[in-house]
Amino acid sequence: MITLEVFLTIGALLFVFGILAVVTKRNAIGVLMGVELILNAANVNFIAFSFFTDTGIDGIMIALFIFVIAVAEAAVALAIVLNIFRNMQTINVDEIDSLKK
Amino acid sequence: MALLYLAIVIWLLPLFAFVVQIFFGNRLPRKGDWLVVGAMFIDLILALIIFANILIQYDPGYRVTLHFDWIVLGTQNFPLGFALDNVTAVMLVVVTAVSALVFLYSIGYMKGDPRYSRYFAYLSFFAFSMLGLILFDNLLGIYMCWELVGLSSYLLIGFWFEKDSASNAGKKAFITNRVGDFGMFVGMLIVFYVTGTFSLDGIEASVVSGNFSGSILTAAGILLFVGAVGKSAQFPLHVWLPDAMEGPTPVSALIHAATMVVAGVYLVVRIFFMLTPDSMLVIAYIGGFTALFAATIALVQNDIKRVLAYSTISQIGYMILALGTGAYAAGLFHLMTHAFFKALLFLGSGSVIHAVEHAFRSGKIDADPQDMNNMGGLRRKMPVTFWTFIIATVAISGVPFTSGFLSKDAILAGTLSFAGTHPQHFLLPFFGFLAAGLTAFYMFRLVFKTFFGEFSISKAWGYVHESALTMTIPLVVLSILCFFVFYSYSPVSPDEGWFYHLIEKPEQAAVANAGSAMLTTGGEEGEHDSSHSYALIMSLIIAFTGIIISYKTYYSGKISAVEWGNMYPRLYRCMFNKWYVDEFYSATIIRFTLGWSAFCGWFDDNIIDRVVNRTARVTVVISWFNGKFDNIIVDGLVNGIANTTQLLGWFTRQVQTGKIQQYLVGLLIALVLIIILRTM
Repeated sequence: MITLEVFLTIGALLFVFGILAVVTKRNAIGVLMGVELILNAANVNFIAFSFFTDTGIDGIMIALFIFVIAVAEAAVALAIVLNIFRNMQTINVDEIDSLKK
Repeated sequence: MALLYLAIVIWLLPLFAFVVQIFFGNRLPRKGDWLVVGAMFIDLILALIIFANILIQYDPGYRVTLHFDWIVLGTQNFPLGFALDNVTAVMLVVVTAVSALVFLYSIGYMKGDPRYSRYFAYLSFFAFSMLGLILFDNLLGIYMCWELVGLSSYLLIGFWFEKDSASNAGKKAFITNRVGDFGMFVGMLIVFYVTGTFSLDGIEASVVSGNFSGSILTAAGILLFVGAVGKSAQFPLHVWLPDAMEGPTPVSALIHAATMVVAGVYLVVRIFFMLTPDSMLVIAYIGGFTALFAATIALVQNDIKRVLAYSTISQIGYMILALGTGAYAAGLFHLMTHAFFKALLFLGSGSVIHAVEHAFRSGKIDADPQDMNNMGGLRRKMPVTFWTFIIATVAISGVPFTSGFLSKDAILAGTLSFAGTHPQHFLLPFFGFLAAGLTAFYMFRLVFKTFFGEFSISKAWGYVHESALTMTIPLVVLSILCFFVFYSYSPVSPDEGWFYHLIEKPEQAAVANAGSAMLTTGGEEGEHDSSHSYALIMSLIIAFTGIIISYKTYYSGKISAVEWGNMYPRLYRCMFNKWYVDEFYSATIIRFTLGWSAFCGWFDDNIIDRVVNRTARVTVVISWFNGKFDNIIVDGLVNGIANTTQLLGWFTRQVQTGKIQQYLVGLLIALVLIIILRTM
């Protein structure tokens, strides 16, 4: 029998990998992929808690919403990355520091 | 009321003539003399109309006034006003008549002068100021005109300012007058302080009500009289008048004999109601002393105009003496009669000087044309001048049937009756009678030396001739006015004349309050008693004694003047040197003033300048320190704050890399820290 702890550990691992990807990747696409990992870490946790507790399907429904949002987010984010590339000829996040100004 | 408006027209007409003359005089035909003289003759006619109206009304209490606000300062109002009463009307006639005749005379006298038109402008300005002085019923207005007549006097004395003596005489007159005016001004301030008004009516009201009384009233009266002492050349401020003879002779006749110098007498007449017994005494003694003092100097002077100048001082002393002893109408009466005969004497002497000067110039003789020793025998060449001069001399000497006899007799009677009620003041009539005798003596001395005997410099005799018609007509007109009929029906007493009826002595509340223990008034009341006949007889005896001694000394030569001088050398020298008053002033006041000025100059140069320079240097040093402080401390503080801020900004800016990932790392670290802290 796989216990709740196993799921939570997998979720935490996924979250940490996502964070690492977001923080360390130089490529904006890689950062976006990290974000997807973080979102799915949350999904794993939601579904695990939904399965091991008696809250019905609330957690599963939220996971479904997160999928949809993640898709929409990925679409918008990729569009932004495309525009940035068109304006700056790079998607290296180290070079995109116009917030500093 | 219409008469008062007429009087104001009289006042303003000479101002108009002055303004036109001073700006356009040189461009007018005949340099504008007709304008000024014409304006003055119109003035004379208007004044005579007023006078005729006064005579028809024949009301001693006649008085109309006109008031208007001049300056309003907050709640304090300074009104001005004009008044027309009998005194004013008489003065208007005197001033306009003498002015008109002198203006006419000036046409001949000033002929060919380079500043002919300006001379007439000044004359007109003087007439304006003098008429204003007469018309104002307000001390402030009187004071303004008082200064204006002083100014015109100054301008006319120094009219020939190329001569040093003339410009100095002008300055002397002006400065001496300032001394008197200062006293008058202080008097006015006292009056204003106590009564709150400058209006004569207002002052009279507070004197009558008793609010203004006692020693402060005496002080105010005496201080106002000090102004009169200056303007009327009374002792001790008389020194300017003899020097004022440097001006043209018509000016001497008009300003320094007939009109301006009697302004002081007129002022005393105007403030008569506020005089206390004490101030009356001061006035009487100053007047009486001056009358005698000036007469002694006139005895021995050789300059014809100076003799007349001292005579004027003496005669004004008479008027002041009369007012001081309470003989109000007599003083004013003498003012009027004196104005005519003294103007005549001056104009006559001007005619003589004019002729002699012309003769000397034609004969190329360098001699003083005003020195009587250079004259003599002129009666044969100048009959009109001679006869009119004789009439005036007789009048001033107090011979019966003349105006001078009437007025002088009234004054002497007034002083005599005053001394009758107050025997301790016996000196006052003594001054008066002695001065009367001296007057007769020196006037006849003048006549004998000038018109009788032989002309001293025979070479110039042929050039002497009678003056022009414009000069002799005024002489004749004035000489007619020297007879008694114009003033009274009786040749021995002025009581029955219009003058004594119209001029009524004002109530003297202060004298009345002082009661009978103090001085009761002498003067007019006394003239009805026996003192009048005593005075009559005594003045006759004294006048004729003076004339006879003069005749024996200077005509028949039975008494030698030189011997007299040798008999009392010290007295003679004192009188000849005018009792050394001028020398006394230059040794004391003038020397003190010069010394004080020198000291002030030295103080300025050595103390004040040094202090100023030191202060400047200290300021420079302090400024240098100040600059350093500013540059180093203040600027350093400001810059330091700025630099510190910049540094802090630089530190904090290092966090703001603009890289999202770094922000995210920070966020995570903070989140983890919060979680750890919460769970511990």
